[in-house]
Amino acid sequence: MSEFSRRDLLRNIGLSVTLGLTLDAQEAGHVHQMAAAEKQTAGGVYKPKVFNAHEWATLRRLCDLIIPADEHSKGALDAGAPEFIDLLASHNDEISALYTGGLAWLDAAMRKRNDATFVEAKPEQQTALLDLIAYRKNASPDLSAGIKFFEWARKMTADAYYTSKIGIEDLGYMGNKAVAKFEVPAEALEYALKRSGL
Amino acid sequence: MQVIRSSSVYDVVVVGSGAGGGTMVQVLTKMGINVALLEAGPMLNPARDFKEHMWPYQVPHRGAGEDGSFYLGKNPYFFGYFSASFGGWELEGEPYTVAPGNSFRWFRSRILGGRTNHYGRFSFRFSDYDFKPYSRDGLGTDWPITYDEIAPYYDKAETFIGITGTREGIRSAPDGIFQTPPPPRVYETLVQRASKKLNIPCIPNRMAVITRNTNGRPACHYCGQCGRGCVTASNYSSSQVQILPAMKTGRVKVISNAMARELITDGSGKVTAVSYIDKTTREENRIRCRSVVVAGGACETARLLLNSKSPRTPEGLANSSGVVGRYLTDTVGYAMSAQVPALRGVPRYDDDGMGGMHVYMPWWMWDRQKEAGIPRGYHIEIGGGFHMPNVGSFHGSCAKFEGYGKQLKESIRDEYGSIVHLSGRGEMIPNAQSFCEIDPNVVDRWGIPVLRFHFKWSEHELKMVDHMEQTFAAILEGMGGSPRRSPRPPEDKISVPGMIIHELGTVRMGDDPKTSALNKYCQAHDVKNLFVADAAPFVGNPDKNPTLTICAMAWRTAEYLAEEMRKGNV
Repeated sequence: MSEFSRRDLLRNIGLSVTLGLTLDAQEAGHVHQMAAAEKQTAGGVYKPKVFNAHEWATLRRLCDLIIPADEHSKGALDAGAPEFIDLLASHNDEISALYTGGLAWLDAAMRKRNDATFVEAKPEQQTALLDLIAYRKNASPDLSAGIKFFEWARKMTADAYYTSKIGIEDLGYMGNKAVAKFEVPAEALEYALKRSGL
Repeated sequence: MQVIRSSSVYDVVVVGSGAGGGTMVQVLTKMGINVALLEAGPMLNPARDFKEHMWPYQVPHRGAGEDGSFYLGKNPYFFGYFSASFGGWELEGEPYTVAPGNSFRWFRSRILGGRTNHYGRFSFRFSDYDFKPYSRDGLGTDWPITYDEIAPYYDKAETFIGITGTREGIRSAPDGIFQTPPPPRVYETLVQRASKKLNIPCIPNRMAVITRNTNGRPACHYCGQCGRGCVTASNYSSSQVQILPAMKTGRVKVISNAMARELITDGSGKVTAVSYIDKTTREENRIRCRSVVVAGGACETARLLLNSKSPRTPEGLANSSGVVGRYLTDTVGYAMSAQVPALRGVPRYDDDGMGGMHVYMPWWMWDRQKEAGIPRGYHIEIGGGFHMPNVGSFHGSCAKFEGYGKQLKESIRDEYGSIVHLSGRGEMIPNAQSFCEIDPNVVDRWGIPVLRFHFKWSEHELKMVDHMEQTFAAILEGMGGSPRRSPRPPEDKISVPGMIIHELGTVRMGDDPKTSALNKYCQAHDVKNLFVADAAPFVGNPDKNPTLTICAMAWRTAEYLAEEMRKGNV
């Protein structure tokens, strides 16, 4: 992430020079913010601010299941989703309670079914539980709390993922650049016109 | 409390630094007039304050706010963390109240340039008939000016600011002086084709963005982030385009963090000073002036006049007519979205472009209002495309697809860029139930009495929402989408009053001092050296975003004021 960002900054700064702009103060601010973010993960081991070791392992497994790495792109773990959730939980008691409670619910539900915590359970047991709580149609006195928690975990994991460099590449977003002229490639236009029949 | 009085007397004190105040400062300083500008927020430093070009991952919270408040419905960043709005619906220590049974929301930006740092920048001239609504259909009130009187000032404002567009010859959307617009994006071409089948014109947008170098400002670089503030000043903001350059003339003193409390008058009823609170010290100051221009935004302007009471003016200053605060309007808003299958999997390209739509639909039934079944019109705005992902961008997709894993990833990727949004922006006819007044029971943290709002949409606005819904559904269906029509009544679908942030009309102009506060030059009937230069003087709120007209009207008022000063009349 940081390497890409630096390259990108250099590109932007180079651009600002050609346009004769003064982006320096702003870009310098970005560099500081990124340096701070890097320090947090120094040595490659992240120390969670809110979650204990078991909760952290559970959260990581959950994020990995929600947005896994596949042949197309890396997943939520590489995109820093657990760290994002931990950071916000550390600043907000409501979010913190939502996750400690939700992760404990996962363990309790798994124990009832398989006599194991969520992370200890086999992958197929984990997905069997998610197959229940990932859909509103399964709402029931037994499952509704889990469904609600999963909605939170899914949308926050998606936020962390798609706002990361990895997620942005996964989508194929190509903007946030300065260009001299706005152009629409003919192949994109033809693709849509043909399919629309317009 | 000791009141600090300034020794120097300014030719003009301008209250508020948005589009009206900025234009005043620009035009008056250019004519050699010494101006002091009061802004209730801090100074702006674009290089430091704007978050243009930042990726969400450049802040650890990704834009959700340090405390994650985005997720808990207490989001302080209505337009997102990266927006240059510097304000919001609620400001700490500066409340407003809403009368029981009413709803109204008031967006305030406290920063040099006000809301022009982040606004939408759609720049539509009002039509000739917009100035004479009563003559046209017996509803509302005619303005004391005609289109032909304001047209030369539209020319000046457009030339100076720089507006994109093309000459179309459509009466509801008068042509102006335009710079070359960028071409439509892929989804916008689909909208154009679908609209054409319905005989709805869809034309290049008129946007306060320059596409060629203008007055020392470089042309747009098409990053799509106008709302974050533009570090190259390639779009219009009063701060960057008017005030910061005017400061180089040495003829304007900007006093930031200055919350105007009251206009002070002498025995003859003329304004001699503006009393304001220095927010950094909480001390009251008085700045002396020969003339004053109030441009705080329609509601803030009405508040200042209503709070400027004296034994001569117990109902507030410039308010012998009693109309100050009355006839508050906002734009009618309604939106519909649909996923368009033809756009799924469309080859990726950088479609950021200008920070807003490249094409739009002006009102097309201005000569067939009866057929439309509504007395007034609306225009249609378009959204969609491959926007930069932000927190919240895919909450809708998560709720729609549910599930998890590789399949969720693929569904989101497949849907990305294929959703098209249509937003209606329609005219509200001023009514007697919509107004603001001073709440006698509440003061802000500076001790200044606050506004209490009353607001009601009338049947005209509610009917318009039905028309919008039918039209938007037809367009989206024409593109192959399957929009959901809602069975809810229009009362539930129309925008919350105030939320389109086009509030105006509270200090209306007119020829008759009994029914209006200002004359045709936005000069108070009651107070010769008091002028208003925001949207408060507007007699109607046509379906054209007000900022360009604020600039044109302020320009005209500035020239009139300068001439009256030269003649010794004020």
